[in-house]
Amino acid sequence: MKTTTKLIASAAFSVFATVAAAETELTVYTAVEAEDLARYAEAFNEVHPDITINWVRDSTGIITAKLLAERDNPQADVIWGLAATSLLLLKSEGMLEAYAPEGVDKLDPKFVDAGDPPSWVGMDAWVAAVCYNTVEAEKNGLTPPTSWKDLTDAQYQGHVIMPNPNSSGTGFLDVSSWLQMFGEEDGWNFMDALHENIARYTHSGSKPCKLAAAGEIPIGISFAFRGAKSKAAGAPLEIIVPSEGVGWDMEATAIVAGTDDLEAAQKLVDFTVTREANEMYNSGYAVVAMPGVAKPVEHFPEGLLDAMIDNDFEFAANNRAAILKEWQSRYDGKSEPKN
Amino acid sequence: MSDISADKLPEGPIIKGKLSRDDVIMRLGMVVIALYLIATLVFPLWAMLSKSFSTYTFNLSAYELQVSDEAGDYSGEILTPAALNDKMQVLSETDLIAGSDSRMGLTQFFPDFSFRSPVMYQIRNTSETGRFLVGSELKTGTDWLELDSNTFRRVQLRPEKATGLGNFVSYFSTPALFNSIKNSLVIAVISTVVTVTLAFWFAYALNRSCMRFKGFFRLVAMAPILVPSLLPGIALVYLFGNQGMIKELLFGASIYGPIGIVIGSVFFTFPHAFIIISTALAISDGRLYEAAASLRSTPWRTFWTVTIPGARYGLISAAFVVFNLVITDFGLPKVIGGQFNVLAVDIYKQVIGQQNFEMGAVVSVVLVIPAIFAFAIDRLVQSKQVALLSARSVPYQPSPNAKTDRIFLIYCLLVAFFIVGILAVCQFAALIKFWPYDLSFSLTNYDFDRMDGGGWASYFNSIKLGLFTAVAGTCVVFFGAYLVEKSNGFRTGRALFQMFAMLPMAIPGMVLGLAYIFFFNNPANPLNVIYGTMAILVVCTVTHFYTVSHLTAVTALKQMDREFESVSASLKQPTLKLFGRVTVPVCLPAILDISIYLFVNAMTTVSAVVFLYSPKTSLASIAVLNMDDAGDIAPAAAMGMMIFYTNAAARVIHLLVSRGVLKRTQAWRSR
Amino acid sequence: MTEAAAPLQTYLSIDNLWKAFGDFLALKDISLEIDEREFVCFLGPSGCGKTTLLRAIAGLDLQTKGTVMQGGKDVSNLPPSERDFGIVFQSYALFPNLTIEKNIAFGLENTGRSKSEIAVRVAELLALVGLPDQGAKYPAQLSGGQQQRIALARAIATNPGLLLLDEPLSALDAKVRVHLRHEIKELQRKLGVTTVMVTHDQEEALAMADRIVVMNHGVIEQVGTPTEVYRQPASLFVADFIGEMNQIPASAGAEGEVVIGGSTLKSQQHGFGAGSAIVAAIRPEDVIPHGDGARSPGAPDEIETPENAFEVTVAEMEFLGSFWRCRLQHEIFGDSELIADFSINAVRRLDLAEGKSMTIELPEGRLMAFAPAGEAA
Repeated sequence: MKTTTKLIASAAFSVFATVAAAETELTVYTAVEAEDLARYAEAFNEVHPDITINWVRDSTGIITAKLLAERDNPQADVIWGLAATSLLLLKSEGMLEAYAPEGVDKLDPKFVDAGDPPSWVGMDAWVAAVCYNTVEAEKNGLTPPTSWKDLTDAQYQGHVIMPNPNSSGTGFLDVSSWLQMFGEEDGWNFMDALHENIARYTHSGSKPCKLAAAGEIPIGISFAFRGAKSKAAGAPLEIIVPSEGVGWDMEATAIVAGTDDLEAAQKLVDFTVTREANEMYNSGYAVVAMPGVAKPVEHFPEGLLDAMIDNDFEFAANNRAAILKEWQSRYDGKSEPKN
Repeated sequence: MSDISADKLPEGPIIKGKLSRDDVIMRLGMVVIALYLIATLVFPLWAMLSKSFSTYTFNLSAYELQVSDEAGDYSGEILTPAALNDKMQVLSETDLIAGSDSRMGLTQFFPDFSFRSPVMYQIRNTSETGRFLVGSELKTGTDWLELDSNTFRRVQLRPEKATGLGNFVSYFSTPALFNSIKNSLVIAVISTVVTVTLAFWFAYALNRSCMRFKGFFRLVAMAPILVPSLLPGIALVYLFGNQGMIKELLFGASIYGPIGIVIGSVFFTFPHAFIIISTALAISDGRLYEAAASLRSTPWRTFWTVTIPGARYGLISAAFVVFNLVITDFGLPKVIGGQFNVLAVDIYKQVIGQQNFEMGAVVSVVLVIPAIFAFAIDRLVQSKQVALLSARSVPYQPSPNAKTDRIFLIYCLLVAFFIVGILAVCQFAALIKFWPYDLSFSLTNYDFDRMDGGGWASYFNSIKLGLFTAVAGTCVVFFGAYLVEKSNGFRTGRALFQMFAMLPMAIPGMVLGLAYIFFFNNPANPLNVIYGTMAILVVCTVTHFYTVSHLTAVTALKQMDREFESVSASLKQPTLKLFGRVTVPVCLPAILDISIYLFVNAMTTVSAVVFLYSPKTSLASIAVLNMDDAGDIAPAAAMGMMIFYTNAAARVIHLLVSRGVLKRTQAWRSR
Repeated sequence: MTEAAAPLQTYLSIDNLWKAFGDFLALKDISLEIDEREFVCFLGPSGCGKTTLLRAIAGLDLQTKGTVMQGGKDVSNLPPSERDFGIVFQSYALFPNLTIEKNIAFGLENTGRSKSEIAVRVAELLALVGLPDQGAKYPAQLSGGQQQRIALARAIATNPGLLLLDEPLSALDAKVRVHLRHEIKELQRKLGVTTVMVTHDQEEALAMADRIVVMNHGVIEQVGTPTEVYRQPASLFVADFIGEMNQIPASAGAEGEVVIGGSTLKSQQHGFGAGSAIVAAIRPEDVIPHGDGARSPGAPDEIETPENAFEVTVAEMEFLGSFWRCRLQHEIFGDSELIADFSINAVRRLDLAEGKSMTIELPEGRLMAFAPAGEAA
């Protein structure tokens, strides 16, 4: 929050709450699930009761758009829980304040920005997976796929849904992982073949799994955590980890350059790398930045961690525009739905 | 006696009237409301238009490069990427057009590049504003930067901001994008034909037959207005989706795509077409039918020579209104469109998915063109309709005919079944625990706080938005209409104001919302403070629905005696006293109509606010969209039905107020 | 008709007034003086500029050029609220949601009067317009005539110096109209308020006005008392617009003579040069009947052969209640017919019937000469 607004706000409220006015406030942008936010703030306030967090939450795309739009006049102090690909984008705009939080060395280096000091630090990872509705698959006489390449088999024609990478971060991490695993040419060949089987592309990343859970489609390419949740809710789902490996992205934390209260922002980022915080992330994510913290999550598929590819975030960020353009010209133009 | 030949105005100054205090107040008021419209409509649209011309291009001559020999000595000439490209023709002009987010590697200019080579590279910007990345590190300034081969691979040039038609060029060279124009037009035309046909026979049955239950049918026909346009999409998923209840009826065709969009569009545009056509049929002249009957014309011939020509303006007007609604609608194709891209969804995808605001602006400009066209034709036709209305005619009295009345009844029952069915399916879906695996009833889908989309808070936000919009909007619109209708002189000002007031109808909600981002999210704009607040949602909604409200107000005001103001002035009473004591009470029915119109639309609008809501001001209609987007379809249906019930309740309250309060304030109407 | 009254103060004076709507000139160089307590009618066909002139006087639509002085004060550019007038419109313009009382009281509020003073004044006005016990009703509950009386009461409530009536009676049916025009005239006399009324109904103007201002195409054709404009119309337009008038294409003879179809007839002095084309005009009721050429037996023979008399054939007779309208043919009229109104007595006395011939006289003092339409007088 900007100083002036803060002043007005505190002036307005000082009459009623002099204690509150003494507190520091941080505007924190996040894409973390709404239900987790209160928990995060509570845990942080146990350590720093004097800093109030004002959450601004939305989906990854919208928060990123918002941050980019506010480039010249940033409203956020801290970003806590946004895709690393987005943070790289912000970094390349010079919007992040580089800072090495206390205890960053305890994190898996994969989860820390390569810069020195790092511009962002990771929290946890979400990992791609395939949600497979056993009931519907049986009705359609499908055999479970075990790899990405399997999904190009003719038997799955019209039975697969995946997110559109142009609107979904999950969709993009799938595409970027395929290009990294299979190489540019084979990657696109694979997607050409997969496209023949895709019933449609959804706007959001969690929808394919929810659709699979609802039986609307037998196979939804989504992310593992979403699948675990739906499975826990009683959906007849199998969560398949394709054998070639799976793409992933992480949620990460960063300080916005030009924040009014750098000290408080640093305190917050310091907190986000603590063991305590990592334990907190574990309740929603099977993979967290601090090694040895993660406990298994119910219904989470086995072998997922090993299947995570060695993701090149820089590749993803720097080629994002070009990849999306290519994807759009290949698959988005063919507008007729498939059956 | 005057000299008739003296018919030339003598030279000399023209009398300038002294302004009375009332004139000054009225003009100030008009200026204030005109400024409001300029700030909330003209400036944002201007900002959007200029954004569509704001391009990004790679300026290859803005960088200098030098390659060392294997020993690391720079003896070679200083190169620019532009010179290299001229030599090797790697990239064409159009390849240099970029988005704000584009990057360009440099190794493509060095055919013998190897990242293992001991060769070193140095690179610099030639101007202070130049930008390139090493990895994701932003480099500005004109100092030389030395990089080894492996790092040079990671150099990415960033595009420069420029002004030009580049975005349009790249739009029309991307089939994925401009295909949407065709898709949107096709969908709009098909939906228009179907809706207008269905609505015509429905209106015909209600106006020209003696079938029973007309009141019921009228009520049912209006129901779709009370729900967001995307709700029928959700119902269609339940009906015809892969797990659909009656998906067999589609014979294997997919509901996700044009079929779904058309069916849903027919649902949500039906009431609009019905009202217009019904009005047109109601005013047809009964004497023409008597004449036709006396000439022994067959019913079929009478239909084509009397009925259709009499209703033609209504039909044309309805067609363009429906066309406009469909082509600008965003919620429905988003939910049920599948891979079938349309313009309104493209804007969303460009902005939210790719953060490509410039391309979003380009698609908006493309979308505005058919919308303005349809709007202009509609206005033209409406003005002729008014002329028809004022003609003196005898209302047509249908006479009973058992056979046709039964056919019409069956037809209307089918249409009513379609409308009620869609709503019932949504309500049913909302109550089912986990379709199709657990069909027990439960209220879990109403636990919105567990879902994305803002939870119950968004529902209450919507009600708040509806109330604010109704109150603030009605005040602004009615007062503005009064000033335009009843103030003296100031012709140019009034004409301009009238134009501003008509403009919003031609501007699709998506476009308005996007324009608001460009205008209000600009830190240099002092109005920036309302960005992200409820205020901007209210402002946007009021502006989006300004035109119809304004026309309602103007129609009511036109029915007021033109001389009230003259009388009041001759009695030396302030015009505002007249406004408060006479104008407002007499126009109260219209004022209430405007309020309920604004309330209902604020509850259901998606397109205008989808870019503008913040987490604290999330809305029920947006929650429907987001929950559906996240795959929580049943809760989305539940929220959609909450909107329906709320709007229905608002309508009932509106009715009671109209009947009750109006009975007191409008006692003068009864003799 | 009232006589031209003793010299009165000029109350309203209009000087060289012009009104342009774009290129169209609605009023051209109008000058006019209206005396205190005078009742003046602006009379003319629709579009002649009479309402425009009224609205300029009221300040509702400002003139383009020219001055308006009211009570010695230049009000030319003042807004209506700063002028002193009450106004009544054809539509009554009663506030539909206010009771009759509140309508009348509307202008009395904010004038320093107490509530009870207002109530007294309202009652007084209601009594004045003859609707003493209708105060609690709404306008829609009254008849058109009653509503117009309320509008009048509202207009005079604040004792304005000038009362403007814009076609006040046009919306009423014929009987009410005749009745109400007497009442308005009475009221105006009683109050002595200077009044300007716009009407297109000549009968109304003749019956009510002290002076009539006849207008056409944005200019004043004639100003005069009702008798003057009727008896001595200043132009063919006035002659034609007010009352019935036979118009016979003719040419001027010597001064005091007109030549119709070759016959020279005595007429009023006209000032046209001999031989110039004119229109000879006479009102139907001014044609004097003289019986047929072969005098009927027993008829009085008081008449020699009067001047301007000649024999005509009765082509058609139409009974209009209080008189007969006869269409008379004569070679000098060519194909057209002369219309004459004869009393029932005269018709009986002369035993007139269609197809008979008779002698008529066009009295010299009543036979007028005008420039043909479209030419300057």
